[in-house]
Amino acid sequence: MLEKESNPTISKSTGLPRKRFYRARAHSNPLSDSHFPVPVSPFHVDFSLHYPQFFPSTGEVSHLKKIQFADIGCGFGGLLISLSTLFPETLMIGMELRDKVTEYVKERILALRVSNLGQYQNISVVRTNSMKYIPNYFEKGQLMKMFFLFPDPHFKEKNHRRRVISPHLLDEYAYVLGVGGIIYTITDVEELGDWMKSCLESHPMFEALAEEELEADPVVKLLSCATEEGQKVARNGGQTFQAVFRRIVPTS
Amino acid sequence: MEDNQIEEGEKHRDVEVAPALISVHPSQNSVAVAVGSDLRVHDLLGDGVVSLLDNSGAPSHKDSIRAIRYGANGKLFVSAGDDKVVKIWSAESWQCICTVSSEKRVSAVAISNDGQHVCFADKFGVVWVVDLHGIDGSQASVNKKAAPLLAHYCSIITSLEFSPDGQYVVSADRDFKIRVTIFPKKPLDGAHEIQSFCLGHTEFVSCLVFVITLDYPQGFLVSGSGDSTVRLWDITSGSLLDTCEVDAKAGHLESNGSDEGYSTVTGLCVVPDSTLIAAAIQRQVVSIKGENFIPTSLANSSSTGLLWMVTGVSNLPGFDFPSVSRVKVISGFNKSSPDCLEHEPLVLEDSDIPGGMKLLEKLQGSVKVEEKVFSAAAEAVKTAMCNLLIKKQYSSDKREYRKRTRNDKKIKQ
Repeated sequence: MLEKESNPTISKSTGLPRKRFYRARAHSNPLSDSHFPVPVSPFHVDFSLHYPQFFPSTGEVSHLKKIQFADIGCGFGGLLISLSTLFPETLMIGMELRDKVTEYVKERILALRVSNLGQYQNISVVRTNSMKYIPNYFEKGQLMKMFFLFPDPHFKEKNHRRRVISPHLLDEYAYVLGVGGIIYTITDVEELGDWMKSCLESHPMFEALAEEELEADPVVKLLSCATEEGQKVARNGGQTFQAVFRRIVPTS
Repeated sequence: MEDNQIEEGEKHRDVEVAPALISVHPSQNSVAVAVGSDLRVHDLLGDGVVSLLDNSGAPSHKDSIRAIRYGANGKLFVSAGDDKVVKIWSAESWQCICTVSSEKRVSAVAISNDGQHVCFADKFGVVWVVDLHGIDGSQASVNKKAAPLLAHYCSIITSLEFSPDGQYVVSADRDFKIRVTIFPKKPLDGAHEIQSFCLGHTEFVSCLVFVITLDYPQGFLVSGSGDSTVRLWDITSGSLLDTCEVDAKAGHLESNGSDEGYSTVTGLCVVPDSTLIAAAIQRQVVSIKGENFIPTSLANSSSTGLLWMVTGVSNLPGFDFPSVSRVKVISGFNKSSPDCLEHEPLVLEDSDIPGGMKLLEKLQGSVKVEEKVFSAAAEAVKTAMCNLLIKKQYSSDKREYRKRTRNDKKIKQ
């Protein structure tokens, strides 16, 4: 505790990490070779490190409870933290490519666990390139919700293949999502919004949620207000474009 | 000074060395060897002369060929490579029946079991499919467009295979992944349903092959990798059934000059009785009658007990030969003889190879090739493969340097 107080990266008043010490570049190239450790397969992920309260025994990899929500490109983790209290019994993970940002989220979750005993035990974060290594973390049909909030727009046509929602990557998302699982996307860039929507619409394993289903889903409301990026858009009075689709069994 | 280093690296990449490839017709009607941009075919049924008929006039391929393969029914042959052109040949008339242009360099090809679809993978990790319905080889070469089938996210695809029942298409990449995708009824709309991922390799996956046994006609998948293991998979679940450390198995054959820890598996071949698998590995030098022979590619046909091997490279720097190759044949893998291990597999003398000297002359370009060329060739292939598939590790100094020279960095104060 004493050590923490002298640590300038932790705010003295809230106990949370201070963002200014975790500044990172806004964009990261998803195509470059990754030099961080990647689990060989989903069975090689040690969940006791991520969720000590749910997996008390270290070392032995138990698969009684599986991660069900994944926030791809979680950024500073705003959505995870809102979801954590909304679904306290569901394990969820954030995936972020930028090292410093991941560190921030890690510290933030640890600090929240300390200040709110018993809470925020169900969320964690990993640094990884989710566009390359999603199958290394999740088994087939394991996830129930995937989030892609305010992804990098990559305007140039040459860079469209770097977009996190693309026709070919949707195949992989359809693989890790269980039937009935939901994919949530939102952006403040109209062009990207249209792109994500058209990718999902033309994919045979996804169908759009009906208007009343969107109304009834408590998570939809969080999309535009829970994340740091969303709050920024709201502050500037920007528009948002969302696409929410369900994983279905393809008709063939 | 550091600039120099980087430039040197760029230069090295210009001279890309391509390993020699070999493929054998399923009933051993013919044998094909590709070295560099040169495609050589020897007919074993007729008089041996095969001239490739390509109405484009120019050489069939303008750059290194990276993948060749016969179709399972022996009617088709496909060649493709760095010149971004996929050529589909009739394996009977050797007429080029279809030419497909690719946007990127091609790294792997596969032909569906019914011979109706050809798949090829490009350097961007996209697998494309060409529909051959309506092409019977009677008309002259047609140009076709390929449709994207699936993609690995920006990872070079090293190998493509159809499952024996034709239900799945399997693709392996340099990011340790093997993806098993259901081959759809309408492949031109893309293959979206992934059956499984086979995960377990810790380096690039270099080659794939299916093993079919009587008890398991669906077949098991066998993969070879840069982590010097050969692994056995069940593709419906993606589960790892067995791992073979090639280094340990090859221990007794090891030459004294073992300098590195890993021997990369570069080729796999299933022996027809399906209990033996031959693996070609780097580093290990198989000494055959005083010759150093490191096969760059393996092939066999389903009907005979012969294993064909080739070594060689194109664009070997520092030698007069633009491209060299050497073909060897091993017999003794005859099917349905469980005691075949008792008599060691035998490397055939050059004159005993089906087709004899004539074949060698055709496939190698010349009968005699200097021995020292091959040690150099083996070295060159190894470097080329490392450059291509192993991820570059920069020292922290170099990483800092690269960061410093990034032109988009904000200048502090």
